[in-house]
Amino acid sequence: MNEFNTNSNSWAANTAKNTALLGLWTGAWVLTMAVANFGPKWIWQSNELLTMLAILINLGVGFGMILANKRHLNGLDEMHQKIQLEAMALSLGVGLVVGLAYSNLDVTNFIAFDADISHLVILMALTYLVGIFAGFRKYR
Amino acid sequence: MKNRLKVLRAERDWTQAQLANELQVSRQTVNAIEKGKFDPSLPLAFKAARLFELAIEDIFQDDVAT
Repeated sequence: MNEFNTNSNSWAANTAKNTALLGLWTGAWVLTMAVANFGPKWIWQSNELLTMLAILINLGVGFGMILANKRHLNGLDEMHQKIQLEAMALSLGVGLVVGLAYSNLDVTNFIAFDADISHLVILMALTYLVGIFAGFRKYR
Repeated sequence: MKNRLKVLRAERDWTQAQLANELQVSRQTVNAIEKGKFDPSLPLAFKAARLFELAIEDIFQDDVAT
């Protein structure tokens, strides 16, 4: 077994590194999102230049997070890639179908409040979590 | 798809974690393959065959009786 050990250890280390990097990028994205959202009101009193800068930084960090996620997915083994694929398919499908139905309810005034994009994000995140949980149970 | 991964691993006294390390997959993946819940790709099956120095068909067999 020894002849493979160096490569396999580097694979495990690489997976751990990719996961840690994704966590860092996600944390940075959430932080820059909060700054872009609350900064204009609480930090720099609606200075347009600073607001635009904060939004651009959030966008840039967001793209970094997307690349980190791609690298993380590519580094996973094939069963975990399948679990992720099925969870993302569920999340995307539910987000699209329920999101548009929700929008229709708003447009046709079947609901008294405005359809908020954050509701869709929460729905997709929860669906993704359910998908991941179901995938781990399926292959346990 | 049936497989003899668990038997072959036990014959060599390897843990699931050791086998997973050699195949460059997670321990959960080795467990799922051993239980027949997940069918490995052809490259992963070849990797296992190389590791055990066997032919693929000596490790993995089709469920359909021939």
